[in-house]
Amino acid sequence: MEIPYTVSTRPDTGLWNAKIGIWLFLASEVMLFGALFSAYIFLRIDAAPGTWPHGLLNVPVGTMNTAILIISSVTVVLAWAALKMRRYRAYWWYMLATISCGVIFLVVKLGYEWPQKFEHFGAYIKPDALAKYEKYLGNERRIEKGLEPRIEITGHLHSQNATEYEVALDPVNADPDDPAMDRPHFIPLPVTDKIATIEKADVQRATMFLPTHSAYFASYFTITGLHGLHVLGGVVVFIYMWLPVSKKVYQRNPEHLANRVEVSGLFWHFVDLVWIFVFPLFYLL
Amino acid sequence: MDSSASVETHHDPHSHAGEHEHHELGFWRKYIFSTDHKVIGIQYGLCGLAFLFLGFSLMMLMRFQLAYPGQALPVIGKFLPHIFGPGSMPDGKMTPDFYNSLGAMHGTIMIFAGVVPLAFAAFGNFVVPLQIGAPDMTFPKVNAASFWAFAAGGVIMLISFFVPGGAAKSGWTSYTPLAAIADSGPGHNPVFNGQTLWLIGFIFLITSSLLGAVNFITTIIQLRAKGLTWMRLPFFVWAQFVTAFLLLLAFPPLEAAIVMQLMDRLAHTSFFLPSGLVVNGTPLAISGGGSPLLWQHLFWFLGHPEVYVLILPAFGIVAEILANNSRKPLWGYKSLVFSVLVIGFLSFIVWAHHMWLTGMGSAVSAFFQTTTLLISIPSVIILSAFFISLWGGSIRFNVPMLFTIAFLPMFGIGGLTGIPLAFNSADLYLHDTYYVIAHFHYIVAPGTIFGLFAGVYYWFPKATGRRMSEFWGKVHFWPTLICMNLIFLPMFLQGMAGMHRRWYDGGQGWGVANDHTVWGLTGFQWNQPISWAAWAMGLAQIPFIINFFWSIKHGEKVNDNPWEATTLEWTAPSPPPHGNFVHTPVAYRGPYEYSLPGRERDFTMQNEPVEPAERTPRKSPAEPVLA
Repeated sequence: MEIPYTVSTRPDTGLWNAKIGIWLFLASEVMLFGALFSAYIFLRIDAAPGTWPHGLLNVPVGTMNTAILIISSVTVVLAWAALKMRRYRAYWWYMLATISCGVIFLVVKLGYEWPQKFEHFGAYIKPDALAKYEKYLGNERRIEKGLEPRIEITGHLHSQNATEYEVALDPVNADPDDPAMDRPHFIPLPVTDKIATIEKADVQRATMFLPTHSAYFASYFTITGLHGLHVLGGVVVFIYMWLPVSKKVYQRNPEHLANRVEVSGLFWHFVDLVWIFVFPLFYLL
Repeated sequence: MDSSASVETHHDPHSHAGEHEHHELGFWRKYIFSTDHKVIGIQYGLCGLAFLFLGFSLMMLMRFQLAYPGQALPVIGKFLPHIFGPGSMPDGKMTPDFYNSLGAMHGTIMIFAGVVPLAFAAFGNFVVPLQIGAPDMTFPKVNAASFWAFAAGGVIMLISFFVPGGAAKSGWTSYTPLAAIADSGPGHNPVFNGQTLWLIGFIFLITSSLLGAVNFITTIIQLRAKGLTWMRLPFFVWAQFVTAFLLLLAFPPLEAAIVMQLMDRLAHTSFFLPSGLVVNGTPLAISGGGSPLLWQHLFWFLGHPEVYVLILPAFGIVAEILANNSRKPLWGYKSLVFSVLVIGFLSFIVWAHHMWLTGMGSAVSAFFQTTTLLISIPSVIILSAFFISLWGGSIRFNVPMLFTIAFLPMFGIGGLTGIPLAFNSADLYLHDTYYVIAHFHYIVAPGTIFGLFAGVYYWFPKATGRRMSEFWGKVHFWPTLICMNLIFLPMFLQGMAGMHRRWYDGGQGWGVANDHTVWGLTGFQWNQPISWAAWAMGLAQIPFIINFFWSIKHGEKVNDNPWEATTLEWTAPSPPPHGNFVHTPVAYRGPYEYSLPGRERDFTMQNEPVEPAERTPRKSPAEPVLA
C-alpha cells in the first residue's frame, strides 16, 4: 500500500501532503509562541515600577545572532534551489553552511550569553532602605525627571558575609546621576571597579540573573530556551538530510529530498521569525 | 444487502494494482507498533474506554464521601490504602487531600485521557480515512507517534497516583497560585510529585493531539476519494475536520502555560505567582511580579475550544446514525456544515466566560457574554436540524439509534442550562455550584458519551465483522439513560440552593444546605440518591463491557454493510484489510441518499454512479468531479 501525494502534488489542491502538514504544524507553533509573547506582554504591563529591567542584554551579540539566523535562512533556500537544479554538491555545501549557522547561534546563546547572565548579580532594596542607597540609585533626580525609580543594585558579586554583600557596581549604579545612564546602551559597558557594600538587612531579594531573578528573566530564559530547542531540532533534521543516508533518497527520487528540504526549510524560516520577535522584545525595548 | 457486490462492478479501472499486496507483519508490528490507522484507532478506542471507566471509578469513590462524609467506605475502603498509600483513606475514611486528587484526576482523565482519545482519535482514526475512501492517513508513522505520545501521557498520569503526596489535587484546571505551590516542600520529590507529573503528562497528551490534528486535516484535504467533493463529505468528517483545527490551535497556548507552570515549579520563576505571596504564614522566597489571571486566560483559551472538541465528534456520530436509521437524508446538510465551521471559529473567542468572577472588568465581560450567546445560534441550528431529520422518517430503533435519540434531548438540556451561565450577572450566583457541574455533565456525559456509545455500537461491525448484541445493548442503554438523569437533574436543584462544587463534606457543614428542602430532601440529603444512581450506573456498564468483548469473537456475523448505510466506509470489507478498499472508491453522489424515489432499495451508496434517469439538466454532473 502506498499513500498518494507524498511526493507528487494532488491536482485539485496543488500540494503534496507534507507541505500542508508543515503549514498546519507552523500554525500551532504560532499559537505556542504567540501565547508566550502574550504572557510577556501581560507580565510587562503588570510589572510594578522599577521591576522590569532594561538594557541588560548584549545588543551587538544579539544583532550578530540575528544576522547569523538570517544568513542561514538564505543558505537553506539556496540548498533547496540547488536540489531543484540537481546540483547535489552545491546542496551539500549550502546545507553545511546552514547547519554551521545554527550551531554558531546555539554556541553563542548557550555558551556565551546565558553564562554571562548567570554571573551577574542583582539586589532589590527594601522600599524603606532606598534612601540609604541613594548614591547608587539616583532616584531624587529620576523622580524629578518623571522616570521610573530604581530599586535594584546590580554588578558582580565580589564577596559576601553573614550581613553584607560587596558588589562591583554596574556603571548605571556607579554613576546613577549621569544622564547617559537614563537609557540603555547599545554597546554594553563593563562592570566598574567601584565597590558598594549592601547590608543584607536592607535587601528584599538578591539573586544572580537567573530565571528566578524577575518576571523579565523568567520569560527571557523560557522563550529563548524554547527557541533554542527549536533551533536544535532544526539542526538535527538538517544534519540528517546532509548525511550520506539522505543521498540515497536523492538518488532514488531527487524531488523527494527537495520536498524534505523545503518542509524543514519552512520550519527553519519560522524559527528565524520567532527570533525576529525575540530580539526587539528582549534586547531593544 | 448486496451493496458491496453491486459496488464492485463500478470500480475505477485505474485503481492501483499495489493495493492487493499483502505484507506479512509480525504480531508486534501488526497489533502493537502498527502504523495502520485502523489498528491505531482501535488502540486509542480501547485505551480511551479504559480511561473513561477509570475516571468514572474515581468519581464513584468521591460520591461515597459526598453522600456519607467522614464514614468508612465498606469493603473496598480496606484495600484502597494499600493501593494509593496510607495518606489516601486511613481506616477507609477519605482524606481531604485524596478527595481533591480524585476530583482533579477525574476531570483530567475523563476529558484528556478518555473522551478526546475516544471521540477524536479513535473514531477519527478508524472512520475518517474509510469514509473519505483513503488507504490510510497521510502520515502513518506520525499517527503511531501520536498514539505512543498519548500512551506515555496516560501512563505518567497514572503513575502520579503512586508518588509521595499523591496525584495532582488543584482541580482539573490547576489554577495558580495554588497549583504552582501544591505538592512541593517536605515529603515531596521536586519532579516526581502529583502536580509536576500532571504537567509533564500533559505535554505528552498535547503532543499527541497536535500530531493527530495535523494528520487528520492533511488527510481530509489530500486523500479524499475521486469525486468526493467537500459538500459530499459525510458530516462526521466535517465535524472531525473542525475538531482537528480546534486541537491544533487551542492546545499550544495551554502547552505554553504548562511550560511556564513547570518553570514556576522547577526553576522557581514567578510567571503565575504575584508579589507578596504568603504560604502557611511565611512569605515565599520568589521574585513575584507574576499573574494568576494569566494562567486562567491561557488555560481557558484551550479550555473552551476543548468543550467543542468533546462535543463536535459526537455531533458527527449522531448525524451519521440519525440519517442511517431514519432512512432519510440529513435535514439541512449545508446549514450543519456552516454551523460547525462557525462554532469552530466562535469557540476561540468565548473563553473568558469561565472567568466572570475574576474581575476582568465589565467591558471585557460584555464582549465575552455577547460571543457566548452568539455561539448558541449555530448550536441550536445543529440540534434543530437533527430533530427535523427525524420528521417523517421510518425510524429503526436499534441500539445506536437509541443512544442517538437520547443524545438529542440530553444535549438540549445541557445546552439550554448553559444560557444562565453565559450571562455574567446570573453566573455570579451560579458560579462554582453544582448547577455548573450538572450543566456541563449534561453536555459531556449523556451528551458526548451517549454519542460515543452510539458510535461504538454502530461501527463495531466494521471493525470486527460482527454485531454487538442488541438485547444486551438495550440492557445497557435504559439503565444508563435513567441513571444519568437521576445523577444530574438533582444537581441543578443543589446548585440553585447554593451548594458549592468543591465541598469535601458534600455540604453537611453548611447550614443553608440543611434547612431548605426540595421534595422532602435537603441539599445535602440529595447527595445520597445521586450517589446511589452513580453506583447503579457503574453496574449498568457491565453489560456493555461483556457485550463488547464477547461480540468480538462470538457476535452475530454480518455482511459489509449491516446497517444499509450509504457512506464509503461500508463499501470496504469488514474488517477492512491493510490499505482498506478492494477497489479504490469513487464518489458519485452526496453522503445521505436514503429513500431516493424510484429505487429498489431505500439507500443509494456514494459510489453508485448516477443513472441517466436521475440526471437533471442543471445539476448532478455525469462524471465524477474533483474539487
